[in-house]
Amino acid sequence: MSDDIQVAKVFDLKGLACPMPVVKISKGIKEVEVGQIVEALTTDPGSLSDFPAWAKTSGNEIVKTEQEDKLIKFYIKRLA
Amino acid sequence: MDMQNIENQLGDLQSQIEALGKKTAENKLAMIVFSGDLDKVLASFVIATGAVAMGMEVVMFFTFWGTPVLRDKKKNVGGKDVMGKMFGTMLPKGTSDVKLSKMNMGGMGTTMMKSLMKKKNVASLEEMISLAEELGVRIYVCEMSMDLMGFKREEFIDYKGMDFAGVATFLQEAQNSKVQLFI
Repeated sequence: MSDDIQVAKVFDLKGLACPMPVVKISKGIKEVEVGQIVEALTTDPGSLSDFPAWAKTSGNEIVKTEQEDKLIKFYIKRLA
Repeated sequence: MDMQNIENQLGDLQSQIEALGKKTAENKLAMIVFSGDLDKVLASFVIATGAVAMGMEVVMFFTFWGTPVLRDKKKNVGGKDVMGKMFGTMLPKGTSDVKLSKMNMGGMGTTMMKSLMKKKNVASLEEMISLAEELGVRIYVCEMSMDLMGFKREEFIDYKGMDFAGVATFLQEAQNSKVQLFI
């Protein structure tokens, strides 16, 4: 977890292939309130471009992206 | 300018805006699935479910070789004529009979691809179809293809948003969709 970000919910999407990470996060983000932040863990390299594309289209915001080896962490703020 | 004149102009504007609203494309994806190849049908469902995640409404129109993919292996219907029986036997009966468009190699390639997909955690076609159903992806099956190949409604899979229709229904959907695809 990143130091200064308050995460309301974590979604473990590791090992899932396209389109599942985006499908799951689009459903999952509705489980938190508008303004709250979720953390999504993926290992699908495609999600590096897919998550920003999804966030932009769905009107949510990726606050921060972290990468550790194959693990990608997105911090997404629900705005829509 | 008197009041009456202004009111008339307002009325005109209002009807123009209404007409424009009808012309504006909805945030919708309309897709024709013509192919009955495993790879192409799988790609169709990946795009369809991805589009729902992107906030789009999705409608798929299964026609020609795409039609038999949606048959249910477990369902048997009688009362078909000779041609209907022949097509019924020769065409795939549902997702498990569907082959790759390339590298099928007598079915070996398809089997290898399916096991590779499982290993790499890629959802199977069956899983993708039930996910699409859960996400509210609507499916139309082409009546003309069904008639041609002798398929009956009773032999198709149980799918909540499935309906049977013709080209006009698809075009009506496509006309007000932002994205249209032919696969």
